[in-house]
Amino acid sequence: MQIIKKITKQQIFIPIAALLILAVFNLIVDPSFYEITFSSNSAGDLVLSGNVISILDYGSELAILAIGMTLVTAACGGQDISVGAAVAISGSVVLRVLCGGNSRPETMQAPIIVAFLVSCVVAMLFGAFNGVLVAYFKIQPMVATLILFTAGRSIAAWINNNELPIISDPSFTYFGGFIPGIPIPTPFFIAMICIVLAILALRFTNLGLYTQAVGINESSSRLNGLNPAFIKFLTFVILGLCVAVVGLIKVSRLSSINYSVIAKDIEMDAILAVALGGNALSGGKFNLGASILGAYVIQFLTTTLYKVKVQSDALPAYKAVVVILLVVMSAPVVRQWLAGLGRKLRKPAKEVA
Amino acid sequence: MPMKEKSVLEMKNIHKSFPGVKALQGVDFNLCEGEIHALMGENGAGKSTLIKVLTGVYEKDEGQIWLKGKEKAVSIRSPQDAQRLGISTVYQEITLCPNLSVAENMYIGRTGGFGQNWKKMNADADRILRSLDIPARANQQLSSCSIAIQQMVAIARAVDMDCKVLILDEPTSSLDEQEVAKLFGLMRDLRARGVGIIFVTHFLDQVYEVCDKITVLRDGKLVGEYEIKDLPRVQLVSRMLGKELDDMTEIRSESLVYHEKDADTAVFEAKGLQSTAGIKPFDFYIKKGEVNGFTGLLGSGRSECVRAIFGADRVIGGTVKKSGKTVKITKPIHAMKNGIAYLPEDRKVDGIVGDLSVRENIILALQVLKGFFRPFTRAEANKFAEEYIKLLEIKTASADTPIKSLSGGNQQKVILARWLLANPEYLILDEPTRGIDVGTKIEIQKLVLKLASEGMSVTFISSETDEMLRTCSRLVVMRDRKVVGELSGEDLTQNKIMNTIAGGEEESCRS
Amino acid sequence: MASDKKNAAVRKTLSDTNLLLTITIVVFFVMYIGAIVFQGKGFLKPQTFFNILNANAPLIISACGMSLVMITGGIDISVGGVTALVTMCCAVYLDFHQGNVFVSLLIALGIGLGFGLVQGFLVAYLEIQPFIVTLAGMFFARGMTTIVNTYPFNVENSQFVALKDTRILIPGMGSYNKAGVYVDAYIEIGVIVALLIVVLMFCMLRWSKPGRNFYAVGGNSQSALMLGINVKRTRFLSHLICGLLAGICGFVYFLHVGSGAVSHASGMEMNAIASSIIGGTMLTGGVGNIIGTFFGVLSLSTIQIIVSSAGLEEAWWTGITVAAMLCLFLVVQSVVMARKKRAVQ
Repeated sequence: MQIIKKITKQQIFIPIAALLILAVFNLIVDPSFYEITFSSNSAGDLVLSGNVISILDYGSELAILAIGMTLVTAACGGQDISVGAAVAISGSVVLRVLCGGNSRPETMQAPIIVAFLVSCVVAMLFGAFNGVLVAYFKIQPMVATLILFTAGRSIAAWINNNELPIISDPSFTYFGGFIPGIPIPTPFFIAMICIVLAILALRFTNLGLYTQAVGINESSSRLNGLNPAFIKFLTFVILGLCVAVVGLIKVSRLSSINYSVIAKDIEMDAILAVALGGNALSGGKFNLGASILGAYVIQFLTTTLYKVKVQSDALPAYKAVVVILLVVMSAPVVRQWLAGLGRKLRKPAKEVA
Repeated sequence: MPMKEKSVLEMKNIHKSFPGVKALQGVDFNLCEGEIHALMGENGAGKSTLIKVLTGVYEKDEGQIWLKGKEKAVSIRSPQDAQRLGISTVYQEITLCPNLSVAENMYIGRTGGFGQNWKKMNADADRILRSLDIPARANQQLSSCSIAIQQMVAIARAVDMDCKVLILDEPTSSLDEQEVAKLFGLMRDLRARGVGIIFVTHFLDQVYEVCDKITVLRDGKLVGEYEIKDLPRVQLVSRMLGKELDDMTEIRSESLVYHEKDADTAVFEAKGLQSTAGIKPFDFYIKKGEVNGFTGLLGSGRSECVRAIFGADRVIGGTVKKSGKTVKITKPIHAMKNGIAYLPEDRKVDGIVGDLSVRENIILALQVLKGFFRPFTRAEANKFAEEYIKLLEIKTASADTPIKSLSGGNQQKVILARWLLANPEYLILDEPTRGIDVGTKIEIQKLVLKLASEGMSVTFISSETDEMLRTCSRLVVMRDRKVVGELSGEDLTQNKIMNTIAGGEEESCRS
Repeated sequence: MASDKKNAAVRKTLSDTNLLLTITIVVFFVMYIGAIVFQGKGFLKPQTFFNILNANAPLIISACGMSLVMITGGIDISVGGVTALVTMCCAVYLDFHQGNVFVSLLIALGIGLGFGLVQGFLVAYLEIQPFIVTLAGMFFARGMTTIVNTYPFNVENSQFVALKDTRILIPGMGSYNKAGVYVDAYIEIGVIVALLIVVLMFCMLRWSKPGRNFYAVGGNSQSALMLGINVKRTRFLSHLICGLLAGICGFVYFLHVGSGAVSHASGMEMNAIASSIIGGTMLTGGVGNIIGTFFGVLSLSTIQIIVSSAGLEEAWWTGITVAAMLCLFLVVQSVVMARKKRAVQ
């Protein structure tokens, strides 16, 4: 009993439990879900493929976003719903820089790293815009980011004059696909790099301590010499950086962009990852590892839903139900009610004993 | 049980306990028609608990409440119950809706029905406002009125609901003198109409200006009920603090007295300091190794003064000098960089970061001082935490325990550890002993004296004069948000302090 | 003398609601006159104005619901999703199941009420942030639309088509088209519904006690509780009514476009929020006016027409314009309110 309690109290328990449930579900319904095969891709390289690999592949994008989203949630007590639109913008910027003026260039007009850095700057600027609205104008995070949520995809289209540029250089596909000779999808490695960077940032700066302190008690943080507004602002800029990385992966997958479809509904997945990681959506203490694991679990869920023949446009309906279940279970009112119910149930039990 | 003839409200033998605290122990309270009755007491005396029992926010554990015209003792279970029985409350913070009109605020939520007849409502409201001589119009938006008028509108609502008992809970704390005068005019008017008014305030002058009777509570018990003319100010203060004037003996031991050396210059010096928190500009200095204090009743502005020094409230005037050099302190971080530490009055709101561990709470201030890019290693943090947990004997399961699960006293020690770790030159302790057990209180006082003997300057604020006398060598006395005196050496006695706090003694006796 | 001073302090000031309403109406007229001056005479034709109404009747309805929720201090971003779901359900019912129009209206109302009930319960009684609840509601509605039917299609039910093509002619407002033929000005049925709802909502918020409760709860829910108002029920009602209006909005939208599609009403939640804010509803709650919201919708659509006829035809300009307008008005609001506050002090 004691051990069970100890395990269930761990924050990481929630995503692990969800992972196990999904894993067992798939094992029962169709064990072939876990098959991994070697096959050659369009470039002729021998690569791994299978559901597990695609979870690692697409879950990585989500994991990168979850890093930033967790920080924003912790410090601001709200979420950024403009990440999908911002991914479109940063992807569009990458393509614009690579293409120069021509939408179908023979060769890339700039090194990929330059394009990526430019898109980082742009994405951080848009993050800063959200951050200013939230931290200095004190608008609720979700309303503030609703502005970019609406305008973002239009801005993305505007950056490329609403054309659909296509990059033909095969080296550009490495980021969203495979590097020749390595059978594991690159996004997984990119996510690992981001996670390592995040861990280093948490270890070698006070980012974690500051964001949590501000999220838990703003007034006390101020009296301890922190600048709460700036820290909130900072988390949005960091999220902007995460968005730029995902933007690069996304456009690399297609070597092109579809403004209205790219990273569609990803904000929902990112918020869900944070919630599934057991982090309070109202801010405060966070566990980055749990969020990242949550992101992969969400992708697991998505892939499972695909397997049981759910259309991609219908996915949000199922995920919305999961979100509502999660927030209802963690709502203070419900918790109190459950605690009261638990006490009532235990009392008669004791009397019998 | 029959009530006294003129009583509108009698509370008998009221008991109320919270886990670990007996907030009210057998308190009686009696309010007559057409009287203004002051309810006085220091922090934790139980007056707000008594008010909350009366207004149905809390349910009493024991005791009876009788109202005029009711056969039986009444039971009050919710604020709505209280309103129905004719008990209305006007709180310190306005509990009206600023976005609605004055008339709506007077009538909303009171009557059933669907339609809203604006014409009739405005006419009714205007009639009442006129009859009470309140300078507001019915169709005016409430937020366009001053705070005083908003308060009067709240009173008008209460009056129109035919209240017999009106509770004014610190209504004057955010009003200026003219507004207070207006409010008092209204109170006298209501008294003439036979309403019984319970007036809770921290301002002694105001008590003696409008009240007829005083009931004093201390530590959850009734001290007594007095006619205003029978209780001079000094007596009132001594009743509130629980010290008899005559038999108070000196408790300071000679060894602890700080001997001021003339050669010493002030470590910190403030001139004409003023903040947005509404205190009058004040001067202040502290020398190396000195312990001084701000004293005065609750709400007299003692916390606001130290908050201004620390830059916690926005400073709007005056200068601060450190060892003779002017320093700019507009934010807490500036103060911290200049070696000032501040333990805030409200531990829960301003002190602890509840969900973080004891360790993180201890290192927070030093960590901020050290900088964003130079976090302590886990080992360093643990070393600091263990050191101070041992030094201050903090009772916690481990350094990893979230601070919110500690007891009040231990939370306070953690906050103290946080600031001691930052090794300040000047430590400000605002009510460090509030709400914690006696043992810890004494430990903290000892610690303060030890720190001072090692050369730290300390400002110590406490509601308990004993503690101040034991620790401080100089006291700044405050009344009504002004510095009214400074006591040191021979003058440091209970009598002298009370006299200074009370002030204006002769004047009020004459009137 | 002293009393003179007092009276001066009680000088007439516009209430927050009326001040913002005035700004909105002025903005609309300035914009419309600007359109006439810069875009030529097209804007002088009454039909141009009526077309704005015809196209935006659904938005007017959903914006009314949004204003109500925002006045109460919440927000509802599921209105666009609910609209799409309603169009699809009604379309499928009418064409695949040979249903009649009246029942499809009931379906629309039922869907709206269902969303209102669930969201209202979660927000008011379980005290979950309205944003999270309605965000989930939005995704749920869009997902459900796909589940009901993936591909968009036009409804051919004759009863419905007849209703859809019903035009209410307005005598005396017609104009000559390019061929010189006199064409009567007309509005669609949806506009009548929308105007009716505007009037109803305005009266409810202005002249009924429950209506005033929404303002009280949005202004300061703690105070509202102390003043004896049932705060939870008021919040619940606001979401319920908003859901119901989203259902009606869906039906009117359906009536205007005559088809069901997942992509219908995309971004409508944003337009509704923007219209409410332009119309003087404060995000912080407690301030707002349905007439203002009405003019907010008109302003928003006028500027969209100006933008698109200024040569920026691409659809993506609309999104940017709406976002920019919203941003601008948020700033204007905060500046105006801050000034007013200072003036009082």
